[in-house]
Amino acid sequence: MSPPPTPLVEVRQLLFTRGSRKIFDGIDIDIQRGKITAIMGPSGTGKTTLLRLIGGQLRPDCGAVSVEGQRVDSLGRAPLYALRKRMGMLFQNGALLTGMNVFDNVAFPLREHTQLSEPLIRDLVLMKLHAVGLRGAWQLQPSELSGGMARRVALARAIALDPMIMMYDEPFTGQDPISMGVLVRLIRQLNDALGLTSIIVSHDIAETSSIADYIYLLSNGKVVAHGTAQELGHSGSAWAQQFLKGLPDGPVPFHYPAEEYRRDLLTSVVDR
Amino acid sequence: MLLAPIQELGRKGLDFFQRLGRGHLLFGHILAGLPALLPRFGLVIQQVFSVGVLSLVIIVVSGLFVGMVLGLQGYNTLVDFGAEESLGVVVALSLVRELGPVVTALLFAGRAGSALTAEIGLMKATEQLSAMEMMAVDPIRRVLAPRFLAGFISMPLLAAIFSAVGVLGGYFVGVGLLGVDQGAYWSQMQAKVDVYNDILNGVTKSFVFGVVVTWIALFEGYDAIPTAEGVSRATTRTVVHSSLAVLGLDFILTALMFGA
Ligand SMILES: Nc1ncnc2c1ncn2[C@@H]1O[C@H](COP(=O)(O)OP(=O)(O)OP(=O)(O)O)[C@@H](O)[C@H]1O
Ligand SMILES: [Mg+2]
Repeated sequence: MSPPPTPLVEVRQLLFTRGSRKIFDGIDIDIQRGKITAIMGPSGTGKTTLLRLIGGQLRPDCGAVSVEGQRVDSLGRAPLYALRKRMGMLFQNGALLTGMNVFDNVAFPLREHTQLSEPLIRDLVLMKLHAVGLRGAWQLQPSELSGGMARRVALARAIALDPMIMMYDEPFTGQDPISMGVLVRLIRQLNDALGLTSIIVSHDIAETSSIADYIYLLSNGKVVAHGTAQELGHSGSAWAQQFLKGLPDGPVPFHYPAEEYRRDLLTSVVDR
Repeated sequence: MLLAPIQELGRKGLDFFQRLGRGHLLFGHILAGLPALLPRFGLVIQQVFSVGVLSLVIIVVSGLFVGMVLGLQGYNTLVDFGAEESLGVVVALSLVRELGPVVTALLFAGRAGSALTAEIGLMKATEQLSAMEMMAVDPIRRVLAPRFLAGFISMPLLAAIFSAVGVLGGYFVGVGLLGVDQGAYWSQMQAKVDVYNDILNGVTKSFVFGVVVTWIALFEGYDAIPTAEGVSRATTRTVVHSSLAVLGLDFILTALMFGA
């Protein structure tokens, strides 16, 4: 038997704080090559933060983040930018560049990083837009798009340079059932046809578990469960059960960390 | 109780110096990005165009009125000494040395500076700058540096337009309405306004103001708290800080140029 291939992304003993709050308290995550890995967890656990740590936009307080064997957390500017050219990231709200139409937005990374001729760029952009079903919308301004359309344009832009790794931050929110289905298939197709590695951050349990090969559940700065969708469904973890079934009561706190409710209400502001 | 105001003062002071530090780091980063703009000068031209177009109308109209007021005031003073022939010199020197660069910079701060801050701040708030970073494009080089260069180039051009229109305004009032001799207005101006002493010094002021106002505007936008409120506060700060900087620097520059 051959040894298992090394993961494309390795997160080791990651510690990250915002102010006095520990967002991550020593987590380990492996993202396997060619697979779709989902990161799930309640709102505010730091899923977006995790993607930013992998992309090198934030630096951990402690621990290691490696992508393809390179330590992102200590990489210099030039190698980090070289690495990012091969990483695509879909932002939670699309983050399209205002002041450029849809076409120019998708063409932006091609024009910045390649010397391709305009006709070639035109063809590539139209192909990417076609893949997300928005070829007909190429001359619209970002302000003329709905939230779901903006996210799909952003997806076309993120895959423009044919990255080796795609990070999707909440790709499914704001999509109607049809485009949701299309997106799910698209993410799978992109992953398999282009040999990508994908990371999906989401709370849409049904869609995500239908395409994810492996799932990490995060809460309170820890990885509370991980495994395939099936393994998690049958796992004894109360945590996983609560999250997957959407139960209000259980180990997952609904509230942001706070003082005891009764005390909070009874103490006056002056006492603080 | 007594400590609170002192603590507050300390915090404000630290805050101020941290911002100052970040501002200078950004300035260095922008300057380092300038050489890379040479092969892509189209980006800069585009910004000169948008900054210039933003400010052109207000500059022309203000220049005209300032020139007309100078014509009136200058005439009233000069006529007491029977020296109204020198009106052209008074108008031109006031504009070229002082009012052209200074008023242009103040108007530029209010019109183009605030727009720059709002644009950059909103790009930050909507994660466009983050998205660029993730696409391996440095937003400071791609977005800020061309705008900086555009401000630097536009300011002297706008100041020149301001002064030229002002001289015409002075001409309308002085020659057209008050009956100053037309030949004297122009010939005295030509004879007395010195290219090095007056025009070059005025242009130098403009370049300095262009750097400072654009730098403040870009920094405030880039450093803004990424919310609607943060951006609106940053926009106000741009106008206040750059106006104060222009007036303060004007005194220093004037003292250096014409003081001794
Ligand atoms: N710039 C910031 N400064 C301070 N705290 C921040 C900042 N950005 C995020 N946080 C905190 O970090 C935590 C994690 O934020 P993050 O955006 O990663 O959550 P998330 O898991 O993506 O949530 P959601 O599912 O709602 O998008 C939040 O609790 C938030 O309070
Ligand atoms: Mg998020």
